[in-house]
Amino acid sequence: MTDEKTKTPETIDIWVAGTEEPQFSPTDEGAQEIGLDESESRLDEQFGRVVSDDYVFDEDATDDERMIVNMGPQHPSTHGVLRLQIELEGEIIRRTKPIIGYLHTGMEKTAEVLTFGQGTTNVTRMDYLSPLHEELAYSLAVERLLDVEVPERASAIRVLMTELNRVASHLVALATNGMDVGALSMMVYGFRERESILSFFEKTTGLRMNHNYIRPGGVAADLPPGWKDDVAGLLETLPVKFEQYDDLLKENPVWTSRTRGVGIITAEEATAYGITGPALRASGVDWDIRKAMPYSGIDRYEFDVPLGENGDVYDRYRVRVLEMYESLKIVEQVMDSMPKGDYRIDDRKVTPPPRARIDESMEALIHHFKLFTEGFKVPAGETYVAVESPRGELGCYLVSDGNARPYRMHMRGPSFANLQGLPIAMADSLMADTIATIASMDPVMGDVDR
Amino acid sequence: MSDFSPLIDELVAGFESAVLEDSHGQAVVRLQRDDWVDFAKAAKDAGFEVCVDVTAVDWMRQRPERFEVVANLLSMQHKLRLRMITTVGRQEPTVGSLVPIWPGADFAEREAYDMFGIVFEGHPDLTRILMPDDWEGHPLRKDFGVGAVPVQFKASHQVD
Amino acid sequence: MATTPPGNLLMTTVDKAASWARTRSMFPATFGLACCAIEMMVSGTSHYDLARFGMEVFRASPRQADLMIVAGRVSQKMAPVLRQVYDQMPDPKWVISMGACASTGGMFNNYALVQGVDQIVPVDIYVPGCPPGPQSLMHGILSLHDKIMAGEIRN
Repeated sequence: MTDEKTKTPETIDIWVAGTEEPQFSPTDEGAQEIGLDESESRLDEQFGRVVSDDYVFDEDATDDERMIVNMGPQHPSTHGVLRLQIELEGEIIRRTKPIIGYLHTGMEKTAEVLTFGQGTTNVTRMDYLSPLHEELAYSLAVERLLDVEVPERASAIRVLMTELNRVASHLVALATNGMDVGALSMMVYGFRERESILSFFEKTTGLRMNHNYIRPGGVAADLPPGWKDDVAGLLETLPVKFEQYDDLLKENPVWTSRTRGVGIITAEEATAYGITGPALRASGVDWDIRKAMPYSGIDRYEFDVPLGENGDVYDRYRVRVLEMYESLKIVEQVMDSMPKGDYRIDDRKVTPPPRARIDESMEALIHHFKLFTEGFKVPAGETYVAVESPRGELGCYLVSDGNARPYRMHMRGPSFANLQGLPIAMADSLMADTIATIASMDPVMGDVDR
Repeated sequence: MSDFSPLIDELVAGFESAVLEDSHGQAVVRLQRDDWVDFAKAAKDAGFEVCVDVTAVDWMRQRPERFEVVANLLSMQHKLRLRMITTVGRQEPTVGSLVPIWPGADFAEREAYDMFGIVFEGHPDLTRILMPDDWEGHPLRKDFGVGAVPVQFKASHQVD
Repeated sequence: MATTPPGNLLMTTVDKAASWARTRSMFPATFGLACCAIEMMVSGTSHYDLARFGMEVFRASPRQADLMIVAGRVSQKMAPVLRQVYDQMPDPKWVISMGACASTGGMFNNYALVQGVDQIVPVDIYVPGCPPGPQSLMHGILSLHDKIMAGEIRN
């Protein structure tokens, strides 16, 4: 028996007879997997890699009841490709280790070969549920390095679009949270209302997602004719629907019993682990970058920061719902006070000339051509700009060495840091609450892995 | 004296080698590698309760010391931000870990290790986080190619 | 003496019946990866209503699915997982590569991404777009239906 144990266990690839044998080796994350605090030899038997007939009970084994369950990366409730290794003692979760990187796209490397103007195309694909926030953080960082101020109208359009994006993102968070906990109708409703916001986005930016609308120097295009009616329509219909969600979930005994007191993160834990956004505010910490370090003139508009008390799944859900109302409040004020003027800065070295000018002016044509071939140069320097994305602090650390391409672009993804809270939230809780906890953190894997 | 906050001035004054800079209106403190952890402890005591991010920059041959390690700190109570930057050389890219001070630096330091090969001493679990474990090299280093494969019908620019 | 009747009359009809049955009971596996997964979910909900084509039953287990919609970018780390999921699906099975990243690597021509999922699994339909709208996905699915109807039953 001892000889068999020391042998390296053979792995067997799974493939269906008749198909070609796969070329690669099976997934091997090695040291990224959860550490085993029990003797390896015992686990070999538990995994069935070593079969012995004369099984002797090991007296020294302390965690005989412990079992490691692998969840994901291909799992319907992990919001993408999150993988968790969970150590269970019976039904109780003792330890959790998130394993990420299954969506690593190398965007920070790609950013180094794109010009500053092209960069927004890249960053918008990181957090695909709040693309406009990604673009905003990146554009603000570039503008800070360039030391330019965008016109008031551009700032107001940015606030309008990002706040609508926040509502759309929270709707998906609610929808998936509902779906994971079993309230399937919430999933249908959430996506239905999101669709009405997306159709406005499509009208304005030309795309439903990954807009590339907010760019260094302003926004890509002015708001379309009749935008006020569209936004007014949204402001009229959405709050009615939000009330319907409250009817469905707020007092629903099934919903509350599955979410109250589940996945608790205290304020101390949240700050220690760098958790931001609704997950932090649900723990009662009054921190919102829009209030504390305002950007794009968002401090001009009145809104409240909803807070939770207990830091459980229910509070995170409530904070999101209340934040949607607050965002609509901001949208309404922006709509009423939209300043007139240009929607991008009048600096031909940063933004392209208007289309009409290109036809009549040679200079404009040259500027246009140069901007889109070699891009604009940004003075050397480094900066970090953070905005409040639907998931928390979204920061862009940008380093320029004086060329037309970033020397280094790093995005601080809120989901990346928030995922560190999962093991705390799930420790010593029931296995059945795993899904509710994951969903309430609202991780977007594109934001985590980048 | 800088025009950021007396808190930051006091913090920086406690370290002889620390240099406070104004980077586009943001407070940046450049540190010697040995002061990295001590400064972080002092910063935490001074009220910077969140370590938002740890990352690195590879300067290749442009600077005498190849890597810059960057940590962004945030003080919620004082509404202040502070950026710590230190440099490490190519021979021994090692710096103290911030995880004992801010547990939230865990993932960020693992990412910096994965992407740049910077070793954070004292990190409880310094393993690759984004790339597979058997991956060779550190992708965000400047001497690691983008890894682009040639694309048909596209000769506009060559990525090396 | 000729044993096979000319024209394969009977078998053609069986082919058609089987293909018809296959197109009307397709179970896609949930293989959401990135942005495209959101559009895939949207396709299944009320506004676009994939149920009109009998396609809304997304199966969590690959063992119960016969269509894999690769929705999003496939990283080097994810590639073995993807292949394993594909191998677990029962025959006959089809693959739709949804979006630019899954089809060609898209704009991310770098070290981290598999430049086209067709390097790992055989792809039947490529859906262009970044991300493709629900309408594009539906067009891809219907094209796959046509392809199955036009083809022969094998394996």
